[in-house]
Amino acid sequence: MSRPEFQAPPEIYYGDTEAKKYTNNSRIQQIQADMTYRALELLSLPSDQPALLLDIGCGSGLSGEILDEEGYNWVGVDIAPSMLEVALEREVEGDLFLQDIGQGFGFRPGSFDGAISISVIQWLLNAETSHPTSSPPHRLTRFFTTLHAALRNPSRAIFQFYPTSDDQVQLITSIAQKAGFGGGVVVDYPNSNKARKVFLCLFVGGGGGQQVPKGLEVD
Amino acid sequence: MVRLITHNLLACHAKGCTSNNFPLQLKDVQVELRDAEYNADFLRGFISRIEWPALVDAARQLGDTSLPNEPPEMMDDDFLQKLHHVLLEIHIEEGAMICPNCAHVYPISNGIPNMLLAEHEIG
Ligand SMILES: [Zn+2]
Repeated sequence: MSRPEFQAPPEIYYGDTEAKKYTNNSRIQQIQADMTYRALELLSLPSDQPALLLDIGCGSGLSGEILDEEGYNWVGVDIAPSMLEVALEREVEGDLFLQDIGQGFGFRPGSFDGAISISVIQWLLNAETSHPTSSPPHRLTRFFTTLHAALRNPSRAIFQFYPTSDDQVQLITSIAQKAGFGGGVVVDYPNSNKARKVFLCLFVGGGGGQQVPKGLEVD
Repeated sequence: MVRLITHNLLACHAKGCTSNNFPLQLKDVQVELRDAEYNADFLRGFISRIEWPALVDAARQLGDTSLPNEPPEMMDDDFLQKLHHVLLEIHIEEGAMICPNCAHVYPISNGIPNMLLAEHEIG
């Protein structure tokens, strides 16, 4: 089966049936949980300091439940109403917004202590209409520029995603850098087809003192 | 589930709408109260991020008059409890948020605000 992002836009692909199927699949739950914990680790927030986080593409709240357990306050945005519906049913604690991240955010400067995003930004690489504002570079630029503004200085944004080529990684990283972010890509288990995971670790500020973390390796 | 903490962070993001676009005006809202875990450290760390007059206005509009016009210098437990309630326990379930500048309406239904813009409103 081809990747979901090639089949239909996310709000169509994750309709009622798919949203429930996705959320109730225990294998997906486990993978999403593992990646959320890893994203939190890469976020490397000061310990014992409560924080307000942004969950980009929060979906049905699989990552949000972990943010709840870990004691974070959070705001989640997603473009698929059916996924948000499921998140409501699961009674997550975060505030949920129906939002197209490619249209950009309106959060005031310095609103969030950090952001995480699990299996989402590859969706921004598909043009949905022929209108110029919906080209992937346009959407990525609005997304990263308004996200950069919404984050505190210093802070981090961690994105686990599924790129299909090095060109895609290049495009995403270069637009993020133009928007003001530092950082780069972390690949966990690069030599394992199954366990390999790509994380984009973006930094706001920090005076160049923030180093891109190392990927995990099998020992 | 728009709480006032989030409302206080939210400005209009329509194309060209860059001034007088905060706070979004609340219209025809229905609220629900839900207990949230009290965390004094979070509140102390967060208070510098709050646009105070906007928070006080929004709370009063929703019938909560517990907050003073200015944040007090002494953040005692009594004050922090009130702040906790206003920021994290009042949930806007229905209604709308309207931009004071461009008048864009962000409807709130079933606790979820619709932030989607039309093609001509995208920057
Ligand atoms: Zn506006």
